[in-house]
Amino acid sequence: MPSRSVGRSVVRKEGRGKVTGAARYIDDLTFPGLIHARTIRSTIPAGEIVDVAFGFDTSGFTLVDYRDIPGRNIVALIDDDQPCLAERLVRHVAEPILLLAHADREALLAADVRIRYREAVPTYDATTSPIAFKTIAIDKGRIDQGFREADVIVEGEYRTGHQEQLYIEPNGVIAVPEHGGVTVYGSMQCPYYVHRALKVLLDLPDDKVRVVQTETGGGFGGKEEYPSMIAGHAALVAIKAQRPVKLVYDRVEDMLATTKRHPAVIRHRTGVKRDGTLTAIDIDAVIDGGAYATLSAVVLSRGVIHATGPYRCDHIRIRGRATMTNTPPNGAFRGFGAPQTQFAAEVHMDRIAEALGIDPVRIREINALRPGDRTATGQRLGRDCSALAVLRETVKRTDFKRKWRAYARLKASRCLKASRYKEGGSRGIGLSLFFHGAGFTGGGEVKLASKASLALTDRGARILVASTEIGQGTRTMHAQIVADTLGVPYDCVDVNAADTGQVPDSGPTVASRTCMVVGRILQRCAEDMRERLGRLTPREYLKRHGPLVITREYERPTDMAWDDNSYRGDAYGTYGWACDVAEIEVDRETWEVKPIAFTTVHEIGKAIHPVLALGQIEGGSAQGLGYALLEEVVMRDGRMANAQLTNYIIPTTLDTPPIDVVILENPYKHGPFGAKGVGEMPIDGPAPAAINALRNAGFDLREIPATPERVMVSEKQEPRHALHA
Amino acid sequence: MSQVSMTVNGKVRKATVDPRVLLVYFLRDQLRLTGTHIGCDTSQCGACTVMIDGRSAKSCTIFAVQADGSEITTIEGLATNGQLHPLQQGFWEEHGLQCGFCTPGMIMAAVTLLKDNPSPSEREIREGITGNFCRCTGYQHIVNAIQHAATKR
Repeated sequence: MPSRSVGRSVVRKEGRGKVTGAARYIDDLTFPGLIHARTIRSTIPAGEIVDVAFGFDTSGFTLVDYRDIPGRNIVALIDDDQPCLAERLVRHVAEPILLLAHADREALLAADVRIRYREAVPTYDATTSPIAFKTIAIDKGRIDQGFREADVIVEGEYRTGHQEQLYIEPNGVIAVPEHGGVTVYGSMQCPYYVHRALKVLLDLPDDKVRVVQTETGGGFGGKEEYPSMIAGHAALVAIKAQRPVKLVYDRVEDMLATTKRHPAVIRHRTGVKRDGTLTAIDIDAVIDGGAYATLSAVVLSRGVIHATGPYRCDHIRIRGRATMTNTPPNGAFRGFGAPQTQFAAEVHMDRIAEALGIDPVRIREINALRPGDRTATGQRLGRDCSALAVLRETVKRTDFKRKWRAYARLKASRCLKASRYKEGGSRGIGLSLFFHGAGFTGGGEVKLASKASLALTDRGARILVASTEIGQGTRTMHAQIVADTLGVPYDCVDVNAADTGQVPDSGPTVASRTCMVVGRILQRCAEDMRERLGRLTPREYLKRHGPLVITREYERPTDMAWDDNSYRGDAYGTYGWACDVAEIEVDRETWEVKPIAFTTVHEIGKAIHPVLALGQIEGGSAQGLGYALLEEVVMRDGRMANAQLTNYIIPTTLDTPPIDVVILENPYKHGPFGAKGVGEMPIDGPAPAAINALRNAGFDLREIPATPERVMVSEKQEPRHALHA
Repeated sequence: MSQVSMTVNGKVRKATVDPRVLLVYFLRDQLRLTGTHIGCDTSQCGACTVMIDGRSAKSCTIFAVQADGSEITTIEGLATNGQLHPLQQGFWEEHGLQCGFCTPGMIMAAVTLLKDNPSPSEREIREGITGNFCRCTGYQHIVNAIQHAATKR
């Protein structure tokens, strides 16, 4: 029996190419006769196109506008509201209007296109926008009764900003016209999303469109839906020019034009008994969708389902709204709505504790969800609910209670002599408890009906899935699951490229579903293959019976039910659970906040590859600290004013503290080897933990990022009685 | 147009270049050494880091003509006779990479770091690679990878 690979940190499949420079990302590829394309975009946030003029000799250029679209002028996704190229109306800055292409990149960049507009009045405030892409209501129990049972009511409003995914490889594709259709190579998370969008745009049948993922330099959701737009543009040019076309964004264009995390405004009104028991949770959440619907409806859905945080309460009312503004469309970003709503929930939870005079750990111990409890949507949690376990482990590991009290005392004494206080830092420690549903929300996985295939090879098996390797370790982790299930060494399993011409539609590589959902389908393929092999080796089987390819489709666990109309039922197959503790220091000269220690305990069912799982948790935590403290998208007149890395600041090595991670394993019965999703959860917790640490240090913030400007004005004037508490 | 001659990964390369061409474009477009990546265009991210005359440098910060007469090493030239450099080994084995896009630059920055300081502390490693951005890892395993390489040398 070969040694098991699951639970061991085997070398990653594509590691060699990545350390030798042999790995080919999209901009590393070229084709004979290749020309370059450029996107001409709107410079106004709202209005109509009046006139387009070319200030250059257009001979030698390929020009494409909406009239060149053979199919429907939309980026097919959920609502078909977003044009691939604007026709008359413009709804945001950087909206694509025209495409130019030329063999010489310099000539292309020099081309001067002048567009005249009739401007309209833009909408920028999501909370007052009259246009809603989606509204969701979740009701549990009777909210009025919950408030009647309360001794204290705590209210608060919390705001989160945009966040740019900032994968280090910008977006890009190459489109090649061939066989009466088109093949698109590109940096992407979801080849079949692109495939479908191209079919609709180009009016081509399935077999005339082929989409191949190239090595992808990070995604984080930023390459979930936007590549469908870029691929559409490149394909239109390729078909018109009948030449291969490269369309790769530079950093500024990528930041100006592509999707970001939805900003949110979230209001909480919570009823609570004196002993800390929650009696009523009333939440109103508004997310800013930007100019087109993209994925806002489903971002909102995940956001509101997670909006209570991991707490039990009999009476819950949640109202969610995703609205339209005249800013570039917001879209998928790791966490997908949950980082916004759980930021609000967890900062609010510390304020509830403060109002009651109990500590942040106790309030969470009292209210944390337990096995058998029901969530806001009425989902009954199984034995793999681990909220208390992660909370207790984190608190113990960080000596949280002692530090929290010590910093609170320091804060109080500092207030006494505030006028004399000039130099030195202020420290604080903060905690967040959070959860994250794995897989598509509600009935999403049933609708996707994902497929995975396994082909028998001489040595073992070849994995055929559309799940993409974007750094998280898809190929490695899938190969481990198959190797152990089939009973062959890890090295004997290889992984096919994510090429729609060769692999079935396994659904998108999003929603923390690649291990738990697609991994489970692959495991079922491997179980069947194992059975078919019997006592034969792969080589013997192939010799005797010929090729063997096994394909299986997603099967919904029979104990799951969801009603999309009432928003009741099992919102997710299962949840991961985690608790973060951040320790921060405020520089009282510059008002910068520096994270000095960070601890997180994650319960993820089973770590198929422990070091890759750690990598997800560490990377997500660092991104979450950036979200909390550094990353500010400055929107000025509907345009990102800091669309480059000189002034959109992401964490460097010195902004990122050592991250102490503990993984707990409480297996999910329908996950491969018990695994749950892990990719997104790590980004839900750092922001509230850091902001709660600031509260502990004496700064009352309700908004992220906690830039020095915001920190400076947020210092709390302690009421006198607090000094004697 | 200008004539340049430089030694790249041990081979003398002569070429005619536009004086405006940055070294990174020369390496990628003219020499087809695509392991050196472009991440930001503004010299922040460090994905384009190479060695110029034995020191790490961001190849988007200098023109190709400025590198005339220099000795350049890119990620493609780091392994010797198919034997990975300890840093390449370290990044692979210690999972100091995820998407891999920052990796070549990160490794080339670490070469100078270890040259200057063969057994750096965690803090020194963090300071040494602060000009190289990674969005995937949170840097922890990159630090491990460099420490791993330091012990192997």
